[in-house]
Amino acid sequence: MTATLPRLLLGVDPDSALSLQDHLDVHGPLPSLGTGGRRLLSRRPDAGGALIEEVERAGLRGRGGASFPAASKMRAVASARGKAIVVVNATEGEPASMKDRLLLQSLPHLVLDGAVLAATAVGADEAIVCVCETNADLHSVQRAIGERRALREGVDLRFSVVPNGYVSGQESALVQHLNGGPALPTFTPPMPFQSGVQGRPTLVSNAETLAHLAMIARHGAEWYRQLGIASQPGSTLVTLSGPVAHPGVYEIEHGASLSSLIEAAGGLSATVRAVLLGGYAGTWVDARSIHGLGLSDEQLAPYGASVGAGVIALLSADACPVAETARLMQWLADQSAGQCGPCVNGLHAIAKTFAQVAAGTAGRGAAQNLARLVLLTRGRGACRHPDGAVRLAESAAQVFAEELSDHARHGACAACGRAAEFPLPAWSDPERTTRSKRTRGTAGSASKLRIGARA
Amino acid sequence: MSQRVVVNPIACTAHGMCAELLPERITLDDWGYPIVDGRPLSADLLEHARRAAEVCPTFALLLQSDGSPVRASARASQPAQPTVRNVRRRPEPVVRRQTRLDPRR
Ligand code: SF4
Ligand code: SF4
Repeated sequence: MTATLPRLLLGVDPDSALSLQDHLDVHGPLPSLGTGGRRLLSRRPDAGGALIEEVERAGLRGRGGASFPAASKMRAVASARGKAIVVVNATEGEPASMKDRLLLQSLPHLVLDGAVLAATAVGADEAIVCVCETNADLHSVQRAIGERRALREGVDLRFSVVPNGYVSGQESALVQHLNGGPALPTFTPPMPFQSGVQGRPTLVSNAETLAHLAMIARHGAEWYRQLGIASQPGSTLVTLSGPVAHPGVYEIEHGASLSSLIEAAGGLSATVRAVLLGGYAGTWVDARSIHGLGLSDEQLAPYGASVGAGVIALLSADACPVAETARLMQWLADQSAGQCGPCVNGLHAIAKTFAQVAAGTAGRGAAQNLARLVLLTRGRGACRHPDGAVRLAESAAQVFAEELSDHARHGACAACGRAAEFPLPAWSDPERTTRSKRTRGTAGSASKLRIGARA
Repeated sequence: MSQRVVVNPIACTAHGMCAELLPERITLDDWGYPIVDGRPLSADLLEHARRAAEVCPTFALLLQSDGSPVRASARASQPAQPTVRNVRRRPEPVVRRQTRLDPRR
């Protein structure tokens, strides 16, 4: 095979799912499950077998956002004690991302291939496909699971619907949900690979990661590396939104330029002010930097950004970036699971400050206060949610410095009242209000209480 | 083998006792939650850290050991995981009295 695109999206029809037969016609059978050709699945006693080695050579990284090396994760599960289990993470809590939904809707067998292969490689006999409530209508997956029964692959496939929520797709939240608890992150360790679903070593893997794995198993690491760049080989799915002629999911090679992606999407239909990369809890990059911007972690690092889950959201110059960020910030604060004091208090304080700046009521020192709150919040939650959310605030402060100071001085601008360009789902969780650790008192009263305790 | 202090932010309810017993490593933020300095503990701080972990009413303060010798076996490829355990020893009487105080009263 030559180094061409599409790879994952070969034969995709957004309106219907590829049947098992169509899928096999496009991609061919799985190695060694059918043909016994490459013996990729022969397990070694030490760690997970040849497939994991192939995945390692390919340099495959997770596509759920954290970009963790897939082989390391598989190996950890394979060498942990006990019967392993695989969780296919297609919850896609990121409102601006559509790729996992597209995969399950149109190419369910590619994802299931990957699930079966990963399960076999780590010694699991069960794989659970998790989608969020919004995508609970994905009958394509259930149909595909039914179609595969005849193949007798030795891996029991199941389907599970997870409550909506920005953090409910977090690994430990999925594990807790599948164990009968709430879909909220837990304190780690134990990590899922040590003790996850039913206390078993659990491989939680994003749906796209598994689709790539299915391709690597068929074509090998060298083939995979023919696309992309050395530090980030292969292709990736991205969701492009904003003022382009054809927004949607695209498969690009890592390192492809954003300009070429925009061109492939039919070009811009309005002037762009900035682009939000990685997700809503992502990084703003100024539109002036778009020209020549390469879509790989290496090339995005100078901007503090990464490809993450492949969200590329363009904001038009007609929108008010301050109002838009303030809305996102408030939403992210509301999406805090309310379990960790620094996360829920810090994010709400940042959101509040942002709203005050947008309204021109923040007073002096708002910028310093924001910077301080960012430092106070980052890295102090049980999960990475606060870290991503403060990234949004931090990058906004840099990219929209002019607009922010303008709002701080003169209040709302003419564009502030415009309808939001970035849609926000209205998920609500009645439980959250009761379990929230949000401190209603002021900082002063908290320290006074402490003095009282000492006395 | 060095030890360091970590806090389980889900279990922590901002009682703040830990910051009083280990001010060298723990300060409190605007909302009363501990900001933990995770550098390795010296021998003299270790005792104070243990005490702080003992009095934490929600067992949110943990001592984490790392650098434990990696077993040279087939498992070597597994990412080294720091082990976390909650140090709950017999609390000393003085310390115990403090745990009964409810800072919100
Ligand atoms: S850091 Fe925030 S989102 Fe994550 S578990 Fe804690 S409260 Fe929930
Ligand atoms: S004593 Fe425990 S609950 Fe209180 S602030 Fe410290 S860690 Fe949190």
